[in-house]
Amino acid sequence: MLHDDWLKRVQAGSSHESSSELHSESPSESHSESPSELHGEAKRQIEICNACRYCEGYCAVFPAINRKLLFEVSDTIQLANLCHNCRGCYYACQYTPPHEFAINLPMALARLRHHSWKLCAYPAWLARSFDHMGMVVAAVLVASITALLWFVARFPPPSITSAGGGEGFYAFMSHNAMLAIFIPGFCAPLIAIAISMGRYWRMVGGEGVRGVHILAMVKSVASLRQLRGGGAGCNFEEGDRYSHKRRIYHQLTLYGFLLCFAATSAGTILHYGFDSPAPYPFWSVPKLFGVSGGIILCIGTAGLGWLKCKADPGLSMASLWGGEMAFIVLLFAVSFTGLILYAASVIPVIDAAAWVEVLLPLHLGCVLAFFLLMPYSKMVHGFYRMAALLRDAQG
Amino acid sequence: MAQKHATQVEAEAYQVIVIGGGNAALCAALTAREAGASVLILEVAPKHMRGGNSRHTRNFRCCHATPLGVLLGSYPRDAYWQDLLAVTAGKTDKALAGDLIDASTDCYHWMEAHGVQFQSSLTGSLSLSETNAFFLGGGKALLNAYYQRAEALGIGIAYNAEVKHIALATASTGKGKRVGWIDVVIDGKPTQLTPQAVVVAAGGFEANLDWLEEAWGVAARNFIVRGSPYNKGRVLGDLLKQGLDSVSDPRQCHAVAIDGRSPKYDGGIVTRLDCVPFSLVVNKHGKRFYDEGEDVWPKRYAIWGRLVAKEADQIAYVLIDSSAQGLFMPTVFPPVQADSIGGLAEKLGLPKRAVESSVAAFNAACPKPSAKRKFIAHQPDGLATTGITPPKSNWARPLITPPFYGYSMRVGVTFTYLGLKVDGKAKTYAGGVAVDNLWAAGEIMAGNILGQGYLAGIGMTIGTAFGRIAGEEAASYVA
Repeated sequence: MLHDDWLKRVQAGSSHESSSELHSESPSESHSESPSELHGEAKRQIEICNACRYCEGYCAVFPAINRKLLFEVSDTIQLANLCHNCRGCYYACQYTPPHEFAINLPMALARLRHHSWKLCAYPAWLARSFDHMGMVVAAVLVASITALLWFVARFPPPSITSAGGGEGFYAFMSHNAMLAIFIPGFCAPLIAIAISMGRYWRMVGGEGVRGVHILAMVKSVASLRQLRGGGAGCNFEEGDRYSHKRRIYHQLTLYGFLLCFAATSAGTILHYGFDSPAPYPFWSVPKLFGVSGGIILCIGTAGLGWLKCKADPGLSMASLWGGEMAFIVLLFAVSFTGLILYAASVIPVIDAAAWVEVLLPLHLGCVLAFFLLMPYSKMVHGFYRMAALLRDAQG
Repeated sequence: MAQKHATQVEAEAYQVIVIGGGNAALCAALTAREAGASVLILEVAPKHMRGGNSRHTRNFRCCHATPLGVLLGSYPRDAYWQDLLAVTAGKTDKALAGDLIDASTDCYHWMEAHGVQFQSSLTGSLSLSETNAFFLGGGKALLNAYYQRAEALGIGIAYNAEVKHIALATASTGKGKRVGWIDVVIDGKPTQLTPQAVVVAAGGFEANLDWLEEAWGVAARNFIVRGSPYNKGRVLGDLLKQGLDSVSDPRQCHAVAIDGRSPKYDGGIVTRLDCVPFSLVVNKHGKRFYDEGEDVWPKRYAIWGRLVAKEADQIAYVLIDSSAQGLFMPTVFPPVQADSIGGLAEKLGLPKRAVESSVAAFNAACPKPSAKRKFIAHQPDGLATTGITPPKSNWARPLITPPFYGYSMRVGVTFTYLGLKVDGKAKTYAGGVAVDNLWAAGEIMAGNILGQGYLAGIGMTIGTAFGRIAGEEAASYVA
């Protein structure tokens, strides 16, 4: 289940494993391709870092390195997922290429991290989606939207006047139909992620989780401490200049997303707990959370996309750039289509119903694609980061 | 970028030229610019190698009466002074050293105001937590902050700018000298500059093996240069040839014992070997030659460079057994490993019999495990050998627990002390008369304070304090 063969091979230090699946297309990443070489290269660099220690104040990775003398594959993979790619260490490093030590820790860890996600993916055959994220995002998105357009056109709910008919969006798609699509569409990916997390936890030798570990993890995530560097922020979009922009846009994305999620949860509570189904007025919890969350999420994702265009591609896997950007665009689309859908439903425009009939499946298609892609796209990084921070809190 | 700056050099007449691109140079340039002067930096290295040896630094030594930023407790003036006297054996310009210690406190604030971030004392450096303020990310991050500030202030920066000659002429007063012009090659293009004032902060000559050979003989060929390959002493040599007053001598330098497998240049901090106190050290003939356990390593690492320099082929071998694992900072390269002392000697290319007998003699001289004294890693523990020469005064435990590990050890030259004589205003001298418009800061004048020995982090203090003084003086000269 854990790809034990692979682990054994890596731990034995055997190299020259040929696997086209693991082969990267980018020539700049062409050195060291096999898993054992990915581990070996990360280990080589980490050992130099351990003899230097100048970067201790940037993030959790270096204190974690300092606690060890020997680095097994379980250690390097944990460090790889603990790294938030803030790049502070790269710009501070006296050993970056063309120095013969050729240190590029953000890149070495990014490559190993990418591989560890594939290793833990469930079901395993979907792991290859990580290598073709851009195409996968596009394909799943198109498929989801098409499916929902077809569904809305093919199965119109009974009219409002008859029994079982709905108001608002439910006039186009019944509540039960939405549940039938989204409960499995939401739960199945979460189950897949839970399995992956279990695999990761065993791989890095995680112990029993206690309250203090969770508290430390939540604190780090809530403030994105790992991108604060020594207080002046991280290095991402302006070379060796520190900035808080990436942290701010990321947290706008995170909190915007959580607000949208809270809006849906509030709607569910109102629906079942208070027998008060949608649509809700603007001055209601679901709408206030949803609209504010949607706007914040739009700003956050747009900002992240903008920064990504300015960042040095040589410090993360260039071959993944497109897929990561596609994911940012998808998340932006989720929030943006949600906002215009809401706008179309409240602003008196000619033929509003026709707009909603298209915009509703468009938005729901984006949401569905987003959920389905969670375990096999950039989105999964959040879960691995949380697991790595939990593990790190265990010392 | 360099192209653009090169044209700027031709187009604009800069008032102050700073030669060098490390900490002292940037401190001088920023101070002069903030005082209103137009400033050009001439850095011999390309952009990615800018900063000289400052790239490899990690902290500066700072006097403070109460906790200051990341600095714990206090480091009173007198304690600083005693530390400096101890390492230099009194060979220091007392007035300059006093000024330096006083200036160091304000340097902390100035550095922070110019973008330097500090971090708590690094793991393994707790002994420095009261005396030395560590830079977040090390010296290169500090340089990045200063270069960003320099760009923002409109300071001209020319990389790949090799100064060939600083032409000294007779001063207009008729007494003493002044800088007439500077010949520099920028991006391969020869240019002549005529600034009103010049600050030289161009480092020492530690990367110039020919010059080191003049001082040390052929042994110098086996030295490893820990810092920038660009510190060839071009500017220092040019000025000394023209009769500027000097301090110290070419043999004085900060040389430590480092991993023998280190790169010839630019290996920096990671090449250190901190395991000597827990080891037995032999030369290439397999014989011990010095007391490995004389004192704690921070107080002894600086003498081991010279010790190794005196041995055959300027190489030594550090031998430990597995009981020493984890007692010292990790090394950049893994040690050579074997299950027996003889096997280790063979792998290291040492005479097997000689090493075995050295180890056997040492093991027999170690105190018995039943002795009352206990092994304590972090302080002198009095576990001393008896009846062998040289003795091992502390941490003497027999090498008996396999696997055994070994490192080769060579001389790592960090920086040289031969430099320009300066006064408290960083002004240089020729024949006892101040040079009208030439100041010096950093390693090129560190020999005024460090006649010998080294005190961790004082190099950056000298660079910052005298860089600021030189910048201020140069700016007020041209105002």
